[in-house]
Amino acid sequence: MLKIADRTFRSRLFLGTGKFSSADTLKKAIQASGSEMITVALRRVDLNDPADDIMNVLDREKYLFLPNTSGARDAKEAVRLAKLARAAGSGNWLKLEVTPDPRTLLPDPIETLKATDELVKDGFIVLPYINADPILALRLQDAGAAAVMPLGAPIGTNLGLITKFQVEIIIEQARVPVVVDAGLGSPSDAALAMEIGADAVLVNTAISIAGDPVKMAAAFAMAVEAGRSAYEAGLGRKSSEASASSPLTGLDFIENV
Amino acid sequence: MKITCNGETKEITPNTSLEYFIRKMELNPDTVVAECDGRIIKRDEYNTLVLQEGNVLELIRFVGGG
Repeated sequence: MLKIADRTFRSRLFLGTGKFSSADTLKKAIQASGSEMITVALRRVDLNDPADDIMNVLDREKYLFLPNTSGARDAKEAVRLAKLARAAGSGNWLKLEVTPDPRTLLPDPIETLKATDELVKDGFIVLPYINADPILALRLQDAGAAAVMPLGAPIGTNLGLITKFQVEIIIEQARVPVVVDAGLGSPSDAALAMEIGADAVLVNTAISIAGDPVKMAAAFAMAVEAGRSAYEAGLGRKSSEASASSPLTGLDFIENV
Repeated sequence: MKITCNGETKEITPNTSLEYFIRKMELNPDTVVAECDGRIIKRDEYNTLVLQEGNVLELIRFVGGG
C-alpha cells in the first residue's frame, strides 16, 4: 500500500477536480476512479453565483483533500494560499504549485524550494509540483517534502510522459514517494509511469475533458493498477537482438521435407 | 457604512458580524474562508468579528482544480 506522510492509500490514482462539465459528472468520475485523494483550488467567491459551491458535491469524510496553490507566482503568494486553505478546514496537506509563467505553467524551482522550507516548518504536509529535475527532487526531500510531484508534461497538455528519462532518475534516488503529475494524456501514459516505478499519478485534464469522463476515470484506474502490477512483477530485459519464444528444436519434420 | 467585499462596494448596517454578512450573501460560512484587511479570520471568530467602515474583505472558497 502507498504511504505518504502518515496516510496510507489503496488507490495510486489521485484525481484533480478541475474542468468537469458538471458537478454530477465530477462526483461520478471520482467514484469511478477509486481515488482517495482529490485536489482542489482556492478562488474568490463569485458573489453573483453563491450557490456554485463544490463542497456541496465533495465529501470531506470520504476523500483526503489536497488543496493546491495554483495561481501563485512566487513563494509568498503560495504561502498565503496555503494558509487560506488550512483556514478553510482542509487540514494541512498541500500541493505546492508555483507557476510564474502563464504560457507554460512550468514551476519555479527556486520559489518552490523556498516555500517548501517555510511551509514544512509551519506544519504543512507539502507535496511540491516540480519540473522533472532529479537534483531539485533531492533538495525538496531534504527540506521535508512528503512526496515529490514531477510533471510528465506541462499542465493540461495531454502530451504524456515526455520526461521519462528524468523521472526514472528521480524514482531511483527518491526516499519519498514520487507522484507523476500533469500532462498524462491517456491511460497508457499512466501505466507507463507506474511501470517505471512511480508511486502514484495525479490526473485531471485527461479525464475531465474526455468524451465520457466517468468511463475514462475507470480506464485510468485500471491502467494504474496494471502498471503497478507490472512494476511489482518485474519487467523482462530489453534486447536489440531477437530471441525466439518458441523452441528451436524439434523442427526436423520441416527440414526433412 | 461601506465595506469592500471581493472588489465590490457593499453597504452594511452598523454592528454587522462577519457571520451575518456571509449568510446575507447567501453563502455557507462553513465552506467560505475570510480574510479581513489581509488577516485570515478563524471560523470561530465569524460570529464575534464586527465589520468596520472601510474593511476590505475577501471571501474565498474551494473550486475544482488540478
